[in-house]
Amino acid sequence: MVTYFKDIYSGLVSLFIGMEVTFKEFFKPTVTVQYPYETLTMTEKYRGHVELIESDEGKPNCVVCGLCQRACPSACITLAGVKPEGEKKKVLTKYILDFTRCSLCGSCVESCNFNALEFSKEYNLASTRREDFIFDLLQRLEARNK
Amino acid sequence: MSSPIQLQTDETFVLNVGPQHPATHGVLRVKMEMNGEYIVNAETVIGYIHRMHEKMGENKTYPQYLMNLSRMDYLGALGYSHGHVLVVEKAAGIEVPERAEYIRAIMVELNRIASHLFWFGAFVMDLGGFSPLMYALQDREYILDMLEAVTGSRLTYCYFRFGGLYNDIDDDFIDAARRFIPRMRKSLIKYDKLVTGNIIFRKRLEGNALLSKETCRKYGASSAVARGSGINFDVRKNEPYSVYPDFDFDVPVYHEGDSLARYMVRMKEMEQSLRIIEQGLDKLPDGPIMPKKKPKLIKPPAGDYYQAVETARGSFGVRLVSDGTKTPYRLKLRSPTYSNMHLFDESCRGMMIMDALAFMGSLDLVIPEIDR
Amino acid sequence: MSLTLLNVIFAVVVAIAFAAANAAYLVWAERRGAARIQRRPGPNINGPFGLLQPPLDGIKLMAKQLIIPGGADKVLFIGAPVLAMYPAIMSFVTIPFSDSIVAHNINVGILMIFAFASTGSMSLIFAGWSSRNKYSMMSAVRAVSQSVAYEIPMLITTITVVMIAGSMDLMEIVHQQSSSILHWNIFPLLGKSHNILMPASFLIFFICTLAETNRAPFDLGEAESELVAGFHTEYGSMGFGLFFMGEYANIVIGSCMTTILFLGGWSCPFGLFPGVWWFLLKLYLLIATFIWIRWTFPRTTIYGLLNLSWKILIPLSLVNLLLTAGLIKVF
Repeated sequence: MVTYFKDIYSGLVSLFIGMEVTFKEFFKPTVTVQYPYETLTMTEKYRGHVELIESDEGKPNCVVCGLCQRACPSACITLAGVKPEGEKKKVLTKYILDFTRCSLCGSCVESCNFNALEFSKEYNLASTRREDFIFDLLQRLEARNK
Repeated sequence: MSSPIQLQTDETFVLNVGPQHPATHGVLRVKMEMNGEYIVNAETVIGYIHRMHEKMGENKTYPQYLMNLSRMDYLGALGYSHGHVLVVEKAAGIEVPERAEYIRAIMVELNRIASHLFWFGAFVMDLGGFSPLMYALQDREYILDMLEAVTGSRLTYCYFRFGGLYNDIDDDFIDAARRFIPRMRKSLIKYDKLVTGNIIFRKRLEGNALLSKETCRKYGASSAVARGSGINFDVRKNEPYSVYPDFDFDVPVYHEGDSLARYMVRMKEMEQSLRIIEQGLDKLPDGPIMPKKKPKLIKPPAGDYYQAVETARGSFGVRLVSDGTKTPYRLKLRSPTYSNMHLFDESCRGMMIMDALAFMGSLDLVIPEIDR
Repeated sequence: MSLTLLNVIFAVVVAIAFAAANAAYLVWAERRGAARIQRRPGPNINGPFGLLQPPLDGIKLMAKQLIIPGGADKVLFIGAPVLAMYPAIMSFVTIPFSDSIVAHNINVGILMIFAFASTGSMSLIFAGWSSRNKYSMMSAVRAVSQSVAYEIPMLITTITVVMIAGSMDLMEIVHQQSSSILHWNIFPLLGKSHNILMPASFLIFFICTLAETNRAPFDLGEAESELVAGFHTEYGSMGFGLFFMGEYANIVIGSCMTTILFLGGWSCPFGLFPGVWWFLLKLYLLIATFIWIRWTFPRTTIYGLLNLSWKILIPLSLVNLLLTAGLIKVF
């Protein structure tokens, strides 16, 4: 009989303790970010999709060695280049990133020995069409320069 | 008039829980044969999110496979990567700098807390309380922010490399981690008050789904499922790897074998992880995070290698069979949830559906990790 | 005659408007309250503080197609949401908000309200039965056992109050408590009864109200993590909307009854300025407690719920009834 009332009492007390916790939380400030109205800046090391880095002359640093293409686990990268006559280095003519298959592992950036690739800080990526995620990085570079 | 229907008192019906059901947290399907609210028989059906991770392991080179591991268990990804890098390092004979190992341990423990926090929230949500999930997510968010600042991603990290790490940690991270430890301890007290002490919660879990040691052994259960049934097994203690022998921590073991014991084990594990992080930050040596000489192309000599690690969900084993080429001959992943989940079929017989789903919650299932 | 009829029609219209407005804005209050507890802002886009959210939700629900699952019992399927709403509206007719604000006071008001309240679970049974869904069916079965288990202690507690007041007239019950806080039935130190167990009785009544209205922690009927959405799994559009409004209207009724029976209705704690504002203040404080409880506790089990009722609430309320009867006899 005593345990019966003890159980009821301790049970009730535990319920009030729980209610006290939520009551205190009620008056604390909110912690969420109101996304479309407020945005966060990404940290320095954030890994978005890759972008080409340009040299001082505004040309991509890439020398079309193809290491990133080989390092990629999902075969997202297609690149091509030509060797203009009289020049030592190849010039990049095409750099396509198929972002639908990319898993942002960063192997391409790590494999690059010529400081030609970097991670972008972009995370607002949404579309209903698959084609929107096949990025032409050369075009993006030109668009950035404009 | 038609004749009255003959009622059969032992008539059962099949209830299809999942693959789209709020309690299965993913695409697990449980075919339950029910007698009213009581389960007569249950059969878990898996494979809805099978992605052939093991086969991918045979086709990809070693570094290319790194990012697959974090896709297995999206809540405690770093623990899985840890197992993979350790086995490849063992096979290829790569020396890991001490600093890198310490950072790995700290990261894995942080990730373990994040995973347990999410489990805690989701488990209480299974039981019908929604607010604890939000509080748990706030603390988890703090960890994810910390990890994001170092690893560059929030959930599916690709942070460990063979021989070391992708990025070094900086003072900001260490400060944040030091601030996190007291904050988390305070939160744990809050969870105790709000959830653990709650009479409704305790009444639901005490004596629910008793698992014997024998059952746990039979199915190869690990993590809190085994430790809640009195089996004192933790890979970090029993088969020490990495720098875990340097840390002073306890393995919480409960002997009741009910859902509350499993819950308590995980809550206590978070406290122990905090201790490991604290010690790791104190002992953190200086030095490089990548070895000086590292083979350019990883080609482990032919042989059979195995490494088990303790992840948030239990003991995870990677068996690597190498034939000396640049891709593995076979890469077998022993995932802990797969074993833990198969307890469910046998143990939930005769339970009511609400108890069975509470039991399922206490097993901490992550479906992509079962299906691989 | 015609004047009375007009009166009743007016009363019903006002009751429907009050119930609907309350239901709509309680959803808003619940969402905002839950959000505050969880440290989020809650709905805050439509209108100031998100106040336009409920009407917009209503418009959305009305614009949706009502889907009737194949093989469902159409009549019951469509009828069930209406049944969920009507007892609440009918009960509002006889609830006195103050000395003058009452649609139609009858001298057996309590009886009428409980009669209507007990038909509330009919709608759950009909919805669960007619949906042709196993989850809904299980939810309906749970709802039956739940309402049986909780109406008993609720009625016993109510009888205690009726015995103290010696009347089933809600107006009369409030008048007897109107002097000061010590005359209220929750602390009956100066009133007719001197039963010190009345606070416990108040708690029992409050718990039963939670269970009767299918609110957390007794929301076994809709238990979203087990039965998906319980009896309203198959309902969309305004069918779902009516269930929702019915739930909130029932909460208002339950809180009104608690206020009248235990908290002295529209009387002021110090005997000053009695009026409808006191009634509304007590009513909304009780509703806030409902919301607060829902976002704090996990759900009980079905047997935990029945154990609570049969092992704790019913014996305690019976003891309380006997004690009150004895005390009335003595004093």
